[in-house]
Amino acid sequence: MLTVLLLFVLICGSTGGEIAISHGAKRTGEPKRMRPRELLVFIGRVMSNGWFLLGIPLMAASFFALLILFSWHPLSFVIPISALSYVVGALGAKYILKEEVNAARWAGVILVCAGVAMVAAG
Amino acid sequence: MASEKRLRIKTLIMVLAMVVCAVVGDLLLKRGMSEAGAVQFTASGLGHALMQMATSGMIWLGILFLLGFMASQMTVMSWADYSYVMPAGAFGYALQTFLAVVVLHETVSAKRWIGVLLICVGVVLVGQTKPRTSEAAESVEKAVASC
Repeated sequence: MLTVLLLFVLICGSTGGEIAISHGAKRTGEPKRMRPRELLVFIGRVMSNGWFLLGIPLMAASFFALLILFSWHPLSFVIPISALSYVVGALGAKYILKEEVNAARWAGVILVCAGVAMVAAG
Repeated sequence: MASEKRLRIKTLIMVLAMVVCAVVGDLLLKRGMSEAGAVQFTASGLGHALMQMATSGMIWLGILFLLGFMASQMTVMSWADYSYVMPAGAFGYALQTFLAVVVLHETVSAKRWIGVLLICVGVVLVGQTKPRTSEAAESVEKAVASC
């Protein structure tokens, strides 16, 4: 039961956190040049964004769930199930971030999800 | 057209940086946690595990690489779709398998090779789509262009 709960935290925490950070990064706007100083300024601006501050605790919860699951189960069990986060993430991108997830992108996401599960299980 | 090509190239470079940091970071964390032993889900067990994590160089190095992953992910997501970046980043699993064969001379099962093939086809399919479709990204682009 604890394993199921931790897998839920792992998948929903990482996906929810990434969606919040993605939204925060887009609101910040991309760095004009790829120079170390500008990248640091950009990262500082994203990190002071409220969406980032929402995403971090979600990702931290997911990270600790991952560490505990790694210590309990082999990688070949944890990673295939966590591959579901690709599908959950695509749903979040479509319905929360309002991205255009067309048929080709859905097909790619499902193939990646199945592929990740097979790589880890193999 | 040139800006579309430029967008694809810079997205590819940042996704590659993301993949390398994630692969190295995960390997270091797995090794560090294996050395620390199984975590007991009790107050004293969790406290002991936290101490083990805080004093493990391997885990700190893993965290450093994962910070690099996060920085490159934040940067690429400031212009590209989440639903584009996320599956493209799965190329790391294929990279791990290639490294296991080429560097570590490990034997890889047929199932794993099929998985790598599925990931590569999936990444190519996602790669064919436009890296940026969301309104938020386009409005930011317009705002930047008008400056």
